[in-house]
Amino acid sequence: MNMLWLLLPISIGLGGLGLAAFFWSLRSGQYDDLDGAAERILFDDSDPE
Amino acid sequence: MSRGGDELLLASRTLSDGLRQNELAVPGIHCGGCIQRIERALTALPGVAHARVNLSTKRVTVRWRAADGPPAVRETLEGMGYDAHLQHSAEDRPDATLAALIRALAVAGFAAMNIMGLSVSVWSGAAGETRDLFHWISAAIALPALAYSGRIFFASAWRALRRGQTNMDVPISIGVLLAFGMSLYDTLHHQPHAYFDASISLLFFLLIGRTLDHVMRERARTAVKGLSRLAAYGAMVVGEDGSQRYTPTEDIAPGMTILLAAGERVPVDATVLSGRSDLDCALLTGESAPQAVTAGSVLRAGTLNLTGPLTIRADAIADDSFLAEMMRLMEAAESGRSGYRRLADRAARLYAPVVHSAALLSFIGWMLATGDVHRAITVAVAVLIITCPCALGLAVPMVQVIAARRLYERGIMMKDGSALERLSEVDTVLFDKTGTLTLGKPTLRHDGVAPEHLAVAAALGAHSRHPYSRALAAFAGGLSPGFHSIVEKPGLGLEAMADGGAWRLGRAGWAVGGEGEGHDAGDAAETLLTLNGRFVAAFRFDDDSRPGAADAVAALRDAGLSLAVLSGDRAAPVARLAGSLGIATVHAEMLPGEKTAHIQALAGRGHKALMVGDGLNDAPALAAAHVSMTPATAADVGRQAADFVFLRPDLDAVPFAFAVSVAARRLVRENFALAVAYNLIALPVAIAGFVTPLIAALAMSGSSILVVANALRLRPRAPRAGRARPETAGQHRFAAAAR
Repeated sequence: MNMLWLLLPISIGLGGLGLAAFFWSLRSGQYDDLDGAAERILFDDSDPE
Repeated sequence: MSRGGDELLLASRTLSDGLRQNELAVPGIHCGGCIQRIERALTALPGVAHARVNLSTKRVTVRWRAADGPPAVRETLEGMGYDAHLQHSAEDRPDATLAALIRALAVAGFAAMNIMGLSVSVWSGAAGETRDLFHWISAAIALPALAYSGRIFFASAWRALRRGQTNMDVPISIGVLLAFGMSLYDTLHHQPHAYFDASISLLFFLLIGRTLDHVMRERARTAVKGLSRLAAYGAMVVGEDGSQRYTPTEDIAPGMTILLAAGERVPVDATVLSGRSDLDCALLTGESAPQAVTAGSVLRAGTLNLTGPLTIRADAIADDSFLAEMMRLMEAAESGRSGYRRLADRAARLYAPVVHSAALLSFIGWMLATGDVHRAITVAVAVLIITCPCALGLAVPMVQVIAARRLYERGIMMKDGSALERLSEVDTVLFDKTGTLTLGKPTLRHDGVAPEHLAVAAALGAHSRHPYSRALAAFAGGLSPGFHSIVEKPGLGLEAMADGGAWRLGRAGWAVGGEGEGHDAGDAAETLLTLNGRFVAAFRFDDDSRPGAADAVAALRDAGLSLAVLSGDRAAPVARLAGSLGIATVHAEMLPGEKTAHIQALAGRGHKALMVGDGLNDAPALAAAHVSMTPATAADVGRQAADFVFLRPDLDAVPFAFAVSVAARRLVRENFALAVAYNLIALPVAIAGFVTPLIAALAMSGSSILVVANALRLRPRAPRAGRARPETAGQHRFAAAAR
């Protein structure tokens, strides 16, 4: 039972962290151009931006 | 300042820090290489602070410093071979509803996972204090999730109730809220069962369906907006004192004198004062051969000046011009179609009262039988949860998403989920001719022309943007005389000086004769090549029928559809093409309004028509038809008005899309049948009071997974084989591709 007091917040906290990360990625426009992102990973780093 | 720069400035949006931003649609972007080339070239332009390509939407965003003046963005893109269309920055805001749905979905998914984890512990035997603790934690997660993710349903249910109506969201909201309230009550009283998991996973499943549904619904933009984009942003107006000023189209008044360069669109209806050129009127009439214009010719707004500069006088203001008239036609046609009710909406209308009465009756029944309020409410809640249309909510959008995917793989874009339903209902297919049954661009019939003559003509043709010249230029290569100079004579042709003398490529009368004021050749589709006025070779041009046109027509006829051609072109070429494809019904020389009237007359007789067309002249017909398709080469506004756009030249996209729509309809019906069958089994169990939270969770997920799995089976059925037809090879190709 004592173990639960430790484990429950950890599991829910981790889930909440994932949710927050998803919201952040959504807001920062990372899903705006999925096809483009798939191509850009192949570019050289010396390119503009 | 360049005209392109003026357009850029008019369409731009001001950002902070003295920056301005433009969005350009560049349909030619298709790969990573394009991204790099475009971004590198645009960033290198002076004044450009930032250029970014979006490959998914095929758009380029450019930010430039206002102080440096507008950069030559379009010119640069066109120089690289990409067509670019300026977008008004006000359009295409990110879809706020979709973002809200996705956030609600994420929250519901997070909550459902955590609560389900706790519930599994309860089901596997947690008892006493541990169980109560888990229930309390579940309640603590469920409450904010319900408030956040549930409001989409609550708001819609509330709107319906306030109008005295009911919709699918009413039983959903009541079920979810009652389940939560009951579970909270039971948790307070240390009861063994709580339905927090059911309440939240119900929301989760329904939100999946709702989000997919939203994605499939039309993205709101109407065709009319696209039409206004086709209008020129402005034109170079000559003032009284001879000064030249770039003036926005809406400020142009009748009587103003306008300088129209080659490559510009006519801003308002106008008359030519001086100059000579060829005009591309394909957008308006659907006729691919350019029309020669000279002083006195009347021009219509939206046509494209191809070869020479013109001085024109405005005859009308923008609002009275041809384009504005088309806009009014389209608005009328679009409002006519909005009455269509989607299958899912019709099903929901039937379903909601059934769910309500089932829940109410079981509550009353249990009250009468036992007199136990708590027991009766629990059963009623179980009935609401079990019958809630998880499967129903997923049944349609899931099939549509898979169908859209199948179509996309074959280069067909679907704009609206309901288009698929409408396509499956059609009994008549109407084709436009130019650009639809044909490719809409002239191709050379070069039988009987000596290769060396062809090479000369091709070398000459490369110097003009006239469609015939471009068709010739495709044969460039081989030997060509070294030209000293090449001059384009607008409306007549090309003249080049070489060692052998003067070559001319153009209109028959001009090429052999003097300065060409003489007769206009009867056959406009013939171009002559002459050397020093002596005839060398004649070129004829055909508008080729689209690849797969005959097969597509045959496949549609086999599917039991009646076919017809509606064209604005002259009767003879239309009849010739229709005859070669085997289409019996032909209507030629139709004005845009007549096409629309024809479709409305068909609809009046109870027919449902699929319109396949491309030009601006087809746009009202596309909007008026029950459902419409257009090739990607169509005018912008045609693409906006149509429900389906096919990207590949092959016309077999039409029968393929039809086959997909029929397969999709079958699957949707199967899914409805599955949902009903599931209810017939689950409902008696729920009414009898045997549903525990575990059973509810299993039943709900089970039926949803079943429906999704069924949707994944979508394969269009190839048209029935076995009928004798000459093009069996083509038939097999279609059947193989459809599989």
